[in-house]
Amino acid sequence: MALELVFEIAGGDFSNAGKASSQIKKVLKQLNVDVRSIKRIVVALYEAEVNVAAHAWHGKITAVISENDIQIVVADTGPGIEDIEQAKKPGFTTATKEVREMGFGAGMGLSNIEKNTDELLIESLVSKGTIVTFRCFF
Amino acid sequence: MKNKGTYHAIKVDDLKCIGCTHCMRICPTEAIRLKDGKAVINEMRCVDCGNCLRACPVDAFYVEHDDLSGIGQYKYRVVLFPSVFVGQFPEVYSENNIYAALLKLGFTHIYEVEQPVSWLMEAIRNSEEIVAEGPLISSFCPAIVRLIRSKYPALAGNISQRKAPHDLAAIFAVENLKKQGAQPHEIGLFYVTPCSAKMAAVHQPVAEAESMITGIISMTDLYNHLMKVISSSDNQDSSEYRKYLSSEGILWSLPRGETSWYGKRSIAIDGIHNVVKFLERLENDEVPKLDFLELRSCKQGCAGGILLTGNRFLTAERLQKRAARYPHSTSIDPADGEKEQIIARLCTKEVEANPVFILDDNRIKAIEKLNKINAIVCQLPGIDCGGCGAPNCHALAEDIVQGQARMTDCIFLLQEYIRKGKIKPERAGKMMERKWGKNRFDADCNKKGGRNEGF
Repeated sequence: MALELVFEIAGGDFSNAGKASSQIKKVLKQLNVDVRSIKRIVVALYEAEVNVAAHAWHGKITAVISENDIQIVVADTGPGIEDIEQAKKPGFTTATKEVREMGFGAGMGLSNIEKNTDELLIESLVSKGTIVTFRCFF
Repeated sequence: MKNKGTYHAIKVDDLKCIGCTHCMRICPTEAIRLKDGKAVINEMRCVDCGNCLRACPVDAFYVEHDDLSGIGQYKYRVVLFPSVFVGQFPEVYSENNIYAALLKLGFTHIYEVEQPVSWLMEAIRNSEEIVAEGPLISSFCPAIVRLIRSKYPALAGNISQRKAPHDLAAIFAVENLKKQGAQPHEIGLFYVTPCSAKMAAVHQPVAEAESMITGIISMTDLYNHLMKVISSSDNQDSSEYRKYLSSEGILWSLPRGETSWYGKRSIAIDGIHNVVKFLERLENDEVPKLDFLELRSCKQGCAGGILLTGNRFLTAERLQKRAARYPHSTSIDPADGEKEQIIARLCTKEVEANPVFILDDNRIKAIEKLNKINAIVCQLPGIDCGGCGAPNCHALAEDIVQGQARMTDCIFLLQEYIRKGKIKPERAGKMMERKWGKNRFDADCNKKGGRNEGF
């Protein structure tokens, strides 16, 4: 038995980044997942949502919640990532000046996701898009 | 004082309730459902905020309180009231008039609870260290404390482990009276509450063993009693009773009353629906690093308490003016109180989380229920009319999955079922009666809902 939740997110829509993580947080609370795990998941997903808003054209989030873990796939169409290892380094950013002026794009996104998840896989094709898949156990 | 189960100050008078759904829609924790045409409060979810009471067009909600007749049996009859009480009275009545009227009602000692508030400030500042991460959250508003325990369990540990001004005043008053030779059993402490939440908190404190208060008096009740005996010519000087009152104390329960002296990076939020929106963000780590959060369930803080008389903005304005006449708390030093001893008694235990929104203790079953809820929501019209007796379609879906409601409770689905011949109109009528009460749909000119404010 698993629960699947799907969310769409538009590139550039910072004001709605956070909707998916909020919704998933509510569900995890109803499932009595411990608060520490919920926090990690919410932080990781929020970073992923902001990444889509900041860099991509369009994204789709699919979360599958099972008894002891959640798997989240954030697939976007967008510019892709040239060097994934470099992108994961804390502080590395390709965000535009406008995005940074909005308070985003500090270069902590992917490293924060890595820090808060148990499994992380990033696949990317330049000028096609990126698929970030991560998993947290609780 | 009874102390069993979860105590709630708010009750529904079934004889008055007309089942109009106003309370159900406004409740911030979705704690109200309609059964047999009457509002029913889910005690697990209720945080005693009093929004139902405020929304009710027929005053069907009431708060349980003690009446003034109980004070007579004590030699020392102490009335403890928050400063907002004074803010209700029109300017024609002075502080001396109000105090004189309280003495006339039979009290022997009068304490505005926000004195000596500088001690509480010191205690709260010293409670920062308990919070490992995120802001210290004020423990002042009991509705907010209950809300956090049930809806935001992850933040329960951030709540300051300090008591409220009424506890400070109770301890301070008793210590002073004992010094004057009073025996504990001779002292009756009567707290005048501005709201249902404080009432519930005094009855059943969250993180302490027992409250010291003897009786709780509704502020509405005391206001009415007082208006009968108050006179603008009673001018005996009562400033001795207020000698430790400061401008910070008077403003304590208003918006920014705590953040203004706490300083650092702090935010003040009033209105429980505003608080809910902010806490959602805080829980998601979507807010910058903050040091202190002052959260109040009522708009305009306690000036908007449900047991106050008059307009909250006028009350707040009068208090601002009054505060300007009083000294700062730093210049007040109550030499006759044992400071260290009293500050030590202002500490409480950690506020424990009490999550009540869990669907099922068995996670597999809970996931199953969530899937069912999502499937049911697809069938419901999404109009959120409340005609089913639940505040919105999603809440109905949850109730159905928890075995508390049926698909046929939705009046639109029921209509569809009749149209498709799945249910006979006669049976549908019976179902509506079960939900909304017999004779609910007879013509009756006493039935009324809210009014169009334009008329």
